[in-house]
Amino acid sequence: MQPFRKHTGVAVPLDRANIDTDQIIPKQFLKRIERTGYGEFLFYDWRFDSDGTPLPEFVLNQPQYRAASILIAGRNFGCGSSREHAPWALAQHGFRAIIAPTFADIFSNNALKNGLLPVALAESAVCELMRRAERAPFELTVDLEALSVSAADGFEAKFHINEFARHCLLNGLDDIGLTLQREADIARFEAARPAWMPSLTASR
Amino acid sequence: MDKKPRTLFEKIWDAHVVAQSAAEPSLLYIDLHLVHEVTSPQAFDGLRQAGRRVRRPELTVATIDHNVPTTPDRLVIQDPVAAAQIRALRRNAEEFGITLFDIGSGRQGIVHVIGPELGLTQPGMTIVCGDSHTSTHGAFGALAFGIGTSEVEHVLATQSLQQHKPQTMLVRIEGALPAGVTAKDMALGIIGRIGTDGATGHVVEYAGEAVRSLSMEGRMTLCNMTIEAGARAGLVAPDEATFSYLAGRAYAPQGAAWDAAVARWRTLPTDPGAEFDRIVEIRAEELEPYVTWGTSPAMVVPVTSAVPDPRNAASEAERQGAARALEYMGLVPGTPIDTIPVDRVFIGSCTNSRLEDLRAAARVVNGRKVSARVRAMVVPGSEAIKRSAEAEGLHRVFLAAGFEWREPGCSMCLGMNPDILAPQERCAATSNRNFEGRQGRGGRTHLVSPEMAAAAAIAGHFVDVRSFHLDRPNAASSVNPAQERTLNAAVS
Repeated sequence: MQPFRKHTGVAVPLDRANIDTDQIIPKQFLKRIERTGYGEFLFYDWRFDSDGTPLPEFVLNQPQYRAASILIAGRNFGCGSSREHAPWALAQHGFRAIIAPTFADIFSNNALKNGLLPVALAESAVCELMRRAERAPFELTVDLEALSVSAADGFEAKFHINEFARHCLLNGLDDIGLTLQREADIARFEAARPAWMPSLTASR
Repeated sequence: MDKKPRTLFEKIWDAHVVAQSAAEPSLLYIDLHLVHEVTSPQAFDGLRQAGRRVRRPELTVATIDHNVPTTPDRLVIQDPVAAAQIRALRRNAEEFGITLFDIGSGRQGIVHVIGPELGLTQPGMTIVCGDSHTSTHGAFGALAFGIGTSEVEHVLATQSLQQHKPQTMLVRIEGALPAGVTAKDMALGIIGRIGTDGATGHVVEYAGEAVRSLSMEGRMTLCNMTIEAGARAGLVAPDEATFSYLAGRAYAPQGAAWDAAVARWRTLPTDPGAEFDRIVEIRAEELEPYVTWGTSPAMVVPVTSAVPDPRNAASEAERQGAARALEYMGLVPGTPIDTIPVDRVFIGSCTNSRLEDLRAAARVVNGRKVSARVRAMVVPGSEAIKRSAEAEGLHRVFLAAGFEWREPGCSMCLGMNPDILAPQERCAATSNRNFEGRQGRGGRTHLVSPEMAAAAAIAGHFVDVRSFHLDRPNAASSVNPAQERTLNAAVS
């Protein structure tokens, strides 16, 4: 996983609540078996008309936000399906952090495993950043070590993230590797499971 | 010494913690891992790249549901990308020694339908799948939740997951459900009250007389929709209904093992005095048949009411969201719900495709005809359900009325297969999400119960199933031309 320590980039405002994973990456792009190549399909039905022509009014198509790497959005970002294609599409499009008042649980887990940082700020702070980003693109710095979001003009807000996720992101750790270090604990647990629990070995 | 009273969730959690330390999330053992074609190929690739194996292939089961066409020629998949994804699952199952219930095996179906019907889903278990509607299995008192593909890989490699303990929420529904009000309406009624993020970070336990009175199918519908309130999982305590559903199923314990299992399952229900982080109480009598009007399951009203006016929304953000949803849905505030015409009707999905759902829809349809303006289809949740329904003659009821009777799969719930809406087509659907474009770009989805979907198919518009005369075939089966004009004027 790509580590995340500190990132400075242009913020783009997407002022909608409950942005679901069907919008982030529509279903027709989930048939691929690769882990990459989703960035061009991000927010597809919002970015393009049915012929594939970019819709100029959609914020990500506006030239001043093209280079944006921090997305500012409304509450409950990433609700809906468990598709990890959603954070893949965001990250592969170039986003490193999403700032919103709240995130859906599964999306948040998936994002953290892909070096994409979900930053939950108070509704008022998100609102302020949204208004400023709408006026003109500006740069924000998201600092995972300091747990802060800041701008050159003095704006600063602190955020919280669980300590283990922070540790893994800062160091780009592979959590499967960490769990495999506990192989003995898993084996001990398995030895005590009741024999009647369902198993697919016997064909029935 | 008295032990602290625990909730059902806490008992399952405690029994599955492999290891915990202050610095890390708990490592939770996973009893059953369900796999489908869409969210697994990258996980298997990850294993291959790292030279890892599947730790417990016999606790892993795969099927094909999202991409499979629902026409009789479904073995030949025209879409080359979908076909490649299905081939990848077959290859991965073979390579890693995982049981695959393939198309035509007799056991294929929607992953959340076949787990319970094969008896693989049992009380007290931990169950995961790369699919948010894994919450369905909570109907059996199993802790079941959706995960992403990285976590799928983690479970394949380690049969465990790193998890932070969620909070708990009790949703208690006392009283008796009125006639014509179903488990689907309970779910929509709850989401309408608490919102699509009302249960974020929580595991919900459903309790109360109205929940106890539900069949296992109804409990599955209720738990299935729990994710639409943002919850991690939904749970119903196991009871006699649970045990009698499971007895004799293919992977349920037998003989002495059954007795041992039931004895353990009886210890699972929440102890008196156990505490929840949040409690929501609802009276069953207050629930009605619901129809969603917008692009989120919380945008829902009783069928007896009208499309709401965004100007009455509680906040500016909600007002904007509602106005945008109405524009997408082509609806005008104040339009009575039961005048909104439908073009398509979809009865199916992991929410409402079980035998009981099909029976309920067939009771409404029996002897009537689908409105000339409607294309309607029934998609059984599994090959087993299709066989059972046909043995009862349900398919003849649907076919005689003009419904299409399809092969099992996810079908129009998310349109990853050929079953999709055309732009601006309006659909009464028994599925779980009315998100923009979910059933096809520009498609307009209204979530309802199977009975309400069946009634809409006959009437050609939404109709209160409680006033739909069950004893008078075709009493409301058609819309006259004057009504048709009114209906079309009601929507843009």
